[in-house]
Amino acid sequence: MSFINRIQPHHLDILKEVGNIGAGHAATALSRLLNKTIDMKVPAVRVVSFNEITELVGGSDNIVAAIFLRIEGEAPGNMFFMLPVNEATTLIQYLTGDQTFDLDHPPYPDLGLSALQEVGNILAGSYLSAFSDFTKLNMQPSVPALSVDMAIAILSYGLLELSQVGDYAIVIETEILEKVDENTQKTSGHFFLLPDPDSYEIIFNALGVPIDG
Amino acid sequence: MDEIVKVGMADLNVAKPPKKIRTSGLGSCVGVVIYDETTKICGMAHVMLPNSSLGKSETMNKAKYADTALDVLLENLSKLGAKKSQLKAKLAGGSQMFKFSSSSEMMRIGPRNVEAVKEKLRELRISIVAEDVGGSSGRTIEFDPVTSKLSIRTVSQGVSEI
Repeated sequence: MSFINRIQPHHLDILKEVGNIGAGHAATALSRLLNKTIDMKVPAVRVVSFNEITELVGGSDNIVAAIFLRIEGEAPGNMFFMLPVNEATTLIQYLTGDQTFDLDHPPYPDLGLSALQEVGNILAGSYLSAFSDFTKLNMQPSVPALSVDMAIAILSYGLLELSQVGDYAIVIETEILEKVDENTQKTSGHFFLLPDPDSYEIIFNALGVPIDG
Repeated sequence: MDEIVKVGMADLNVAKPPKKIRTSGLGSCVGVVIYDETTKICGMAHVMLPNSSLGKSETMNKAKYADTALDVLLENLSKLGAKKSQLKAKLAGGSQMFKFSSSSEMMRIGPRNVEAVKEKLRELRISIVAEDVGGSSGRTIEFDPVTSKLSIRTVSQGVSEI
C-alpha cells in the first residue's frame, strides 16, 4: 500500500507543527529584514491530487516569483517560497532602492534578482534550520534558484520525485502576511514544503510517530 | 460554442471541433498534441516523466509517462474515428524552470521528456509537424482542431502559434 494511505490524521498534525515552526522562524527573519510586522497563518497540510494543485497555487494563470531550494541530507525534499509578482517587485524596490525595478517587464536587472534570491535564501534557510532543529535531522539547503513564471509550471518541478510514487502530494503550506495597519494584512508569500516520498517515514520516525505497516 | 477541453497534469484527453483542447502551466512537462487534419479529431497529453519504468506505484497512471501516454492517446483517438495513417503531432514544453549546478538527473527532466516523446512518436510513425521545446519558461498551450494551430503562451514572450 502506498505511504499516503497509511498516513493518519496525527501525522498531518505533526507536519503542521513542522510548518508552524519553520515558517514562524522565516516570518521573524523577514520581519527583521524589512523592519515591518510580519505575521503568518496556521499552516495548512493538504493531501492534494496533482489536478487540485493548480487551485492551490491560485489558478492556472497565476504568475509568481518563486525561489526554489532543494533540501539535501537525511530527509531530502523541495522547498518553494512564492510571492505574488507585485509583492516581489515592492520587496526588491525596498531592498535595492531602485524604484524602477519592475518584474512585469523582462529582462530584469541582475541586482534586483539577486536581492530577491538572497531574501529567499534567508527565509528558506531559517525555515529549514528550524525544521532541522526540531527533527534533529541533518538537512542542508542547496543554492537557491529563482524563476518568475506560472506558479503551476514552477511547482510541478517540485512534484517530480513524488510523481514517481503516485498522483498525490502532501503539501505543507504556510502563508506569510504583512501587517499594513490595524485591520489590514496583505499576503507576502507562500511557503511550500514537499518532502520526497521516502522522507516522510524518516521525518515521522524522527518525531516519534512512525507510520504503521 | 467555444468550449474548451482541459487536460490536467499527468492527464490526457481528446476533442472534436468546435471544441479546443488546452493544458496549463507546462514546465518540464511536455504537452503533446496528436491530430487528424481530415476528421479534425485531436487529442492532447500532459506528460510528466519520460519512462514508465520510473514509476514505483502499484496503480499506474499511464497518462503520466511518455512511453505509455501516447499509446492510450492513440487508442482514444481511433475510438473517436481518427485514421492512424493521417495522424500528425505538435509538441511544446520540456523547459528547465531552474538552472542548477546540482547533478541530480531529475533536474534535467525537461529535455529527457522531450526526447522520450519524440522517440515514442518515431516508433508510432507519427510525424512531428512543429515544436516549441526547451528554454526556461512555463507554457500554456491550446490546440484548435479546426485550424490545426497550436497557440503557446509564455509569461515573457506573449502568445505565439505553431
